[in-house]
Amino acid sequence: MWKNPLNETACQMSPLGDSAIVLTFGNGIEYSIHKKIKLFMEMLEEEPFAGFVECVPAFTNLTVFYEPLVIYNTHKQSDEAISPYHVVRSILEEKLLDLMEDKKLSHRTVTIPVCYGGEYGPDLEYVARYHDLTTDEVIHIHSTGEYLIYMIGFAPGFPFLGGLSEDIATPRRSSPRMTIPAGAVGIAGKQTGVYPISTPGGWQLIGQTPAKLFLPNVNPPSLLQAGDMVKFQPISEQEYKEMKGG
Amino acid sequence: MSHRIIKPGLMTSIQDLGRKGFQQHGVIVGGAMDGYSLRMANMLVGNDEGEAALEITLMGPTIKMEKDCLISITGANLSPAIDNQAAPMWKPIHVKAGSILRFEGCISGCRAYLSVAGGYAIPEVLDSKSTYLRAGIGGYMGRALKAGDILACNEPPSMMDRWEVKGSFSYPKWFVNEREFMPVRNPLIRFIDGSQYEHFTNYSKLRFVEGSFKVSNQSDRMGYRLSGPALECQSHEELLSEAVTNGSIQVPPDGNPIILLADRQTTGGYPKMAQVISADLPIIAQVKPGESIQFSRVTLREAECLYLHKERQMKEWKASISLALHDWHIY
Repeated sequence: MWKNPLNETACQMSPLGDSAIVLTFGNGIEYSIHKKIKLFMEMLEEEPFAGFVECVPAFTNLTVFYEPLVIYNTHKQSDEAISPYHVVRSILEEKLLDLMEDKKLSHRTVTIPVCYGGEYGPDLEYVARYHDLTTDEVIHIHSTGEYLIYMIGFAPGFPFLGGLSEDIATPRRSSPRMTIPAGAVGIAGKQTGVYPISTPGGWQLIGQTPAKLFLPNVNPPSLLQAGDMVKFQPISEQEYKEMKGG
Repeated sequence: MSHRIIKPGLMTSIQDLGRKGFQQHGVIVGGAMDGYSLRMANMLVGNDEGEAALEITLMGPTIKMEKDCLISITGANLSPAIDNQAAPMWKPIHVKAGSILRFEGCISGCRAYLSVAGGYAIPEVLDSKSTYLRAGIGGYMGRALKAGDILACNEPPSMMDRWEVKGSFSYPKWFVNEREFMPVRNPLIRFIDGSQYEHFTNYSKLRFVEGSFKVSNQSDRMGYRLSGPALECQSHEELLSEAVTNGSIQVPPDGNPIILLADRQTTGGYPKMAQVISADLPIIAQVKPGESIQFSRVTLREAECLYLHKERQMKEWKASISLALHDWHIY
């Protein structure tokens, strides 16, 4: 366990294979952990070390991928054998000393238009019945919530959101669908999210967005980023068609 | 200059060394399953090591070479033949225009690599030419090759004019020793502890190194599903999703391990018992469904040394090959 003597940052480091290191800042889905991960990631990306490849944030940790050969060639001293993992670890420990936890995180808020119900959200009625609500109430609860993106994973541009109201949290379908169309907005337990590309899946589908979440010809290729806030904006079928066509 | 696909084979796709730098956006790394064989295929025709090549799985394609070209075939031995004459592997081959390359059957390994001097003219998507099948991007129109596809090739280095081809194809006497690259039967795959190694029961840890695991038919570029002694966690608490990498061995509740490979997702939520070391990933890529593997535990330090040693060997190969290629051009 690494601990910064000057502030509250404590962090566990462990290898993920021989070319990545995982920095764990806590456990559980909490904003304070997310903030440390996000701030440290920004620091690393602004001032990458030689051999840094990329990093992947998750709920409680940040995985830093590196090129062991570059680390070795940059840091080897005469004949002394060095471990790329230990070199990266000490570089990161040093950088952690500079982590300013009181620094404010800037939030982007992205509004995702959603056409709820009907053929666009075949499970909306099920979700409403499950909670003894009307479909309008489900839409209202879903679209007034604000959601924080903790991480992107599973598929290109797929956001893991926190903040779904318990009032509409619904278990996955007992039998998953063979294909869920790109743009489908779903609920699975306390999670809600949007499918950027078509995949099989067991989420309860409540709507569909015309927005494209995966943009392979743009950098970054994902509409949403970890740290963004997401709001869902109900739209009519006609608006959906216009936006989809445009 | 182009290669015309007459038959596509079982699964032939364009791959390079992968799409790095976009995992935080959920974009997989992908790339060649056997990176060492891909790099070697490129070295043999004078390309950059990371140039895109064809990754050919088990049943190879039939390809017509529309113009004279310099190619090389490495990795699995799928019995390559040019105009019905056995073609050599692990060396550069100069092929006459109009020749037809076929693969007559799998003798050893699972994935072959075909590289052409100058490389295929494939646009990069997010800094890579690799085919990302699930998202339908990269490579040749984001998909595996089909009959009728025409793969344009870039201009080869100018010295090619000086070469003379006798018959359909010709090649030098020297070659790269394939035994350095190809696995033996029931290979021993080395691993270091996975992030959740300590969550597994002692009995499972023992079974993991003492047992033999069969690669199931449901294995692909995304991962190898293994069957063997079931592995068990001490507790069944759900993990939060987090980053995974090539060679991460996840164990879902059914106890059958899955080795994540080139087309793995960027994140996963099953406990990771082990992590195949980088130096042994190309060996796994050459194991066919139905074959077995065994595991052996090493330290992180050993894994790092094995990787650095392998890279040193590759560097030596590269130097000798470029010398040999140069001599071949002149004489």
